[in-house]
Amino acid sequence: MSAVATDLQHAVEDAAAHLYVWALSDIPQDLRDALAEAQKRETSIPGQRVLSTIMKNVEIADDEHNLVCQDTGIAVYTCRVGEHFPLHPTRIYEALKHGTERATVEHPLRSNAVHTITRENTGPNTGYRLPIVHWEFIADWDGLDVKCVPKGSGSENMSFLKMCVPADGVKGIKQFVLESIVGAGGKPCPPGIVGVGIGGSADYAMYLAKEAIARPVGTRNPDPIVAQLEDELYGLLNETGIGPMGLGGDVTVLQCHIEHADTHMTLNPVAVNYQCWAARRASAHISADGDIDFDREF
Amino acid sequence: MATHEVTFPITDEREILKLRAGDEVTVQGHIIGIRDRTQIRIFDQGVEPPMDLRGAFLLHTAPGVRKLEDGRYEKVCIGTTTSARMVRFTEPLGAQYGVRAICGKGGFPDDAIEPMRKLGMVYFAIVGGAAALETTQIEEIEEVAWEELMPECLWKFRVKDFGPLTVGIDAHGNSLYHDVQSAAQEKLKELYARL
Repeated sequence: MSAVATDLQHAVEDAAAHLYVWALSDIPQDLRDALAEAQKRETSIPGQRVLSTIMKNVEIADDEHNLVCQDTGIAVYTCRVGEHFPLHPTRIYEALKHGTERATVEHPLRSNAVHTITRENTGPNTGYRLPIVHWEFIADWDGLDVKCVPKGSGSENMSFLKMCVPADGVKGIKQFVLESIVGAGGKPCPPGIVGVGIGGSADYAMYLAKEAIARPVGTRNPDPIVAQLEDELYGLLNETGIGPMGLGGDVTVLQCHIEHADTHMTLNPVAVNYQCWAARRASAHISADGDIDFDREF
Repeated sequence: MATHEVTFPITDEREILKLRAGDEVTVQGHIIGIRDRTQIRIFDQGVEPPMDLRGAFLLHTAPGVRKLEDGRYEKVCIGTTTSARMVRFTEPLGAQYGVRAICGKGGFPDDAIEPMRKLGMVYFAIVGGAAALETTQIEEIEEVAWEELMPECLWKFRVKDFGPLTVGIDAHGNSLYHDVQSAAQEKLKELYARL
């Protein structure tokens, strides 16, 4: 490998190591605003207790430079790779993996990764096919965007897929989202972000649901028909009364985000992926020269 | 909804009986950290836990820690995991070992209501994800057993002003989770009709 590529690989590794810890300890401003808004809106006593504890917790994490939540999750990255970025994705993946390991050992972070059958720990939050990376490739560009979304298991365990049929229509989609979130109750640490993936195939619908939870809180799908469905589901979900931590109340979700894909004429898949209130997310932009800008959000 | 301060392990069961679903509780004394693999070892593999669990408060946790040179553990970030996965251990924990309180996040399904009523146990709801705060309320990690299950060991923590907790299920057959779920199921019917 050339010296340029080696330097760039180190830059991506440094970025990943920083992003993982940054995401875990400093939640984004849009999420802080959504939580503060939720606290104003909530009227139930247990719900208020939960939300004021959450706000206090975020403050303590800031003051003590500690993690917001102990569940350092499964490391999930989204990469947007420019077609002229001078480092091949195989090396980007290697750098993300090393960065995740470094952050885990140096901080230290809890190691959650285990072999899926033996349940033996596989090391510093990495393993076979871990971390998980979503890839997107951008034409006519030489940069790289990396977003780190450490996803806790409490919320990831509340993931649901239904292969609705076309005759179920949009009504079937809405019902499934509502029944999923009511069924999840307090388990995924509400109020959080409900990610919904519709269309595509079974696997792609879930992929899209994960993309949806990683968006800044309250952003809307560029397709106005989908954006309208986001608004409607957001309103309906907050009428269920599940409330903060499932103890009953007005605020069940902070937002509902939907990502969609066109699908087969006989398919109508809907996937739900929940993101807890501690919706951790951090991004960086890496230029072709290896300069890292940690302020970039996408 | 009353507020209480309770010290664990408890010796007087009236301490548990006075708690009602929805009440706010702050805990002092000692609590024991436990998780999936710890309980699988005790009940499915039949290994006796090397800690006294009588009157105990169990916390569903797998803490982030740092091992010191003298073999002790220092806290890094300690928080709470989803309880529902471990509901089947409720009855044997109470009946065989005298556990009086289980604390976790997200609640227990209705299967826990009857054993808790019969055995005089409560479920405390903590705020999941609020680990930065929880860590400040744990003064010290006093004991660790079954280190080979790291981080799902048996942990003994000394706590100060641990909370605020909400009584999710009390020892009188009441469950906030049951009530919220029943109301939500009714509400769903109304919402579906509007779609």
